[in-house]
Amino acid sequence: MKIPVFRTSLVATASFLPLSLIALIVFLVIYSWPAIQFNGVHFLWTNNWNLGNLYGNPVDRHGQQIMPGAAYGVWFLVVGTFLSSLLALIIALPLAVGAAYFLAESLPKWLAGPLTLLVDLLAAVPSVVFGLWGYSLLIPIMGQKVYPWLADTLHGVPFLGGSPGSGYGLLTVAIVLTFMVVPLISATMRDAIASVDAPLKEAGLSLGLSRLEVFWHVILPKLRKVLIGVSILALGRAIGETMAVAMVSGNALNYLPNNIYTPISTMAAFILTQLESALQDPTNMAVEALSEIALVLLAISVLVNSAARLILWMSKVR
Amino acid sequence: MSIVEAKTTMASESLSLSNRRLRISWRRHAFRLLGGLFVTACFFIVAFAFLSIIGDVLVRALPALRWKLFTEVSTGMGGGLKNAIEGTIVLSLGALLISAPIGIAAGIYLNEYGDNLGGRSLRFLSDVLVGVPSIVLGYVGYITMVVYLGWQFSVAAGMLTLSIMLLPYIARTTELALSAIPSAVREAGFALGAGDGRVAFKILLPGAAPAIMTGLFYATALSMGETAPLIYTAGWSNYMWDGKFTNEPIGYLTYVIWTFINEPFAESHQLAFAAAFMITSGVLLLILTGRWLMIRRLRRMGSYAG
Repeated sequence: MKIPVFRTSLVATASFLPLSLIALIVFLVIYSWPAIQFNGVHFLWTNNWNLGNLYGNPVDRHGQQIMPGAAYGVWFLVVGTFLSSLLALIIALPLAVGAAYFLAESLPKWLAGPLTLLVDLLAAVPSVVFGLWGYSLLIPIMGQKVYPWLADTLHGVPFLGGSPGSGYGLLTVAIVLTFMVVPLISATMRDAIASVDAPLKEAGLSLGLSRLEVFWHVILPKLRKVLIGVSILALGRAIGETMAVAMVSGNALNYLPNNIYTPISTMAAFILTQLESALQDPTNMAVEALSEIALVLLAISVLVNSAARLILWMSKVR
Repeated sequence: MSIVEAKTTMASESLSLSNRRLRISWRRHAFRLLGGLFVTACFFIVAFAFLSIIGDVLVRALPALRWKLFTEVSTGMGGGLKNAIEGTIVLSLGALLISAPIGIAAGIYLNEYGDNLGGRSLRFLSDVLVGVPSIVLGYVGYITMVVYLGWQFSVAAGMLTLSIMLLPYIARTTELALSAIPSAVREAGFALGAGDGRVAFKILLPGAAPAIMTGLFYATALSMGETAPLIYTAGWSNYMWDGKFTNEPIGYLTYVIWTFINEPFAESHQLAFAAAFMITSGVLLLILTGRWLMIRRLRRMGSYAG
C-alpha cells in the first residue's frame, strides 16, 4: 500500500494548532500547581492580594512554602474584568449595530467603501496605541471636564454619581475597550446584513416601511443569533485585552469599584503589571499565583470563544 | 363591470391608499427621524474616534520625527529608535517565517481534507486559539522558554510566542482563500494525473496566492502591533541585535510606547509618540496593501462590484 506522504505530512503540520492550545493549558496547570493547591478555587472570590513580608523567612502553610502574611485573593480582578467588559459591550453594541446599518444600508456604494474603511481600520490600531490615546487624550479630557460634570449632574444616582476620580478608571477602560470591539461587531453585522435574503427586505419595503424600519422589524430579529454570538466574541476580546487596559485603568489593588469612575484592574492587566514585583518573592508562590490567574483567564477565554463560535456556526456566519 | 364602475373603484382605492400614506403615526415619524439620527451619530462617533487616534499620535509625534530616530540607538529615556525598529522587523518577520509554512499547510488541510470530524474540530480549536488573550501566550512563553528552557529574554522566545499567536490566523485565512477556488480546477489537475501534492503546490497555491498574501500582510501587521506577548519573552535592549537567538534580549517599538510614556521627561514622551506613529503607520500601510492586493485580484476575476 502506498502511504499518502503529502496528506500525512499535512495532518502532522496541522496538528500544531490543537497541540499548541493543549500545551498552553498543560504548561499553565503544571506551573501553577502549587498555587492551585494553596489557593484552591476560592481565591477568586476573596479580596486580598498581598505578597506578604518579603524580608521575612518563608513559612509553611497547607504544605506550601509562602512568605509570612502572603495571600492571593483576586476578587477585585474578577469584578474589574467583568464590569469593564460588560460596560464596554453595553456601549459598543448599539454603536456598532448603528454604524453597521449606516454603512451597509443607507449609503450609495461609492461612498460606503471609503467610509467603511474608517471603521475597519480601527481594528488594525495596535492595542498599545489605543492605550496611548486613552492616556494622552481621553484621560485629561474625561478626568478634568467630563467626569466632574457627569458626576455632578447625576448626583445621588448609584454608580453614576459620587467622586469623579482622576480619569483613570472603570469608565475610561470601558470607553477604550468599546472602540476596540466596535469594528469586530460592526464588520460581522455588516456581512450578516448583506447575507439576509433580498426578497425579505423588498417585501418590507413594498409594504411601505422605510429602510430603517425594515432593518429594525425584519433584519435585526432575523440576525438575533449572530448578534448574540458576536457579542460574546467581543466580550472575550474585551476580557483578554491587556495593554490598553493597563495604561488607563489606574491599576487598583484590592479595591472594589463603588462607582464607574473608580480605578480598577483586570486579570490580564494585572498579570502584565505585577510579574516584576511577584518575582521578588523567593518562594515563587506569587509568580505561580499569577500563573493561576492566567489559567483562569485562559479557561474563561476558551469557554467564551467556544460558546460564541458554536452560536455563530449555527447561524452560518464565519 | 362597466368602465365607470372600474374608474370609481380605482379612484376610491387610490384615495384610501393616499389616506393610508397620510396615516403614518407620529410614533413612526419619530422612529424614522430619531433612528436615522442615531445611526448617523453612531458612525460619526466611531469614525471620529479613529481619526482622533491617528490625529493625536501624528500631532504629538511630529516634533520628534527626525533623522536621529533612524540613526541612533535609544538610551534609557531618549536617543533614537534604531534598535527598536530593527527589533520589530526581526521579531515580526521571524514569527512570520515560522508560522507561515505551518499555517498555510494547516489551511490546505482544513480546506482540502478537512470535511470530517478531525477537520471540524481543528477548525474549532483554531478559532478558540485566536481568542486566547495575548498576555496568556506571553506568560506561557515566559514560564516555558524564558525560565524552564533557560533562554532568558531572547529573540527566539519572542518569535515563537508571536508565531503561536499568528498560526491559527494564517491557517484560517489560507482556508478561506482556497475555498474560493472552484473544485473543477482541482478535478482538472487530478484528471491530468497530478497527485495531491502537485495539485496543491502547482494549482491551488498559485491560484490563491494573492489572497494568502493578503492574510500574511494582515498577520504581519498583527504581530508588529503586539506588546503583551513580547514584554516577558523578548525583554528589552538598548543595543542593536547581535544575531544571537537565545540569552540576548531585543528592543521593539511597542515597548517604547508602553514604558517611555511613564518616564518624567518630555523627550521620552516624544519618543513614545514617534514609536506609536511608526507602528501605526506601518500597520495601516500593511493592511491597506493587503486590501489593495485583494481588491486587485477580485477586479481581475471580474467579481469586485465596489
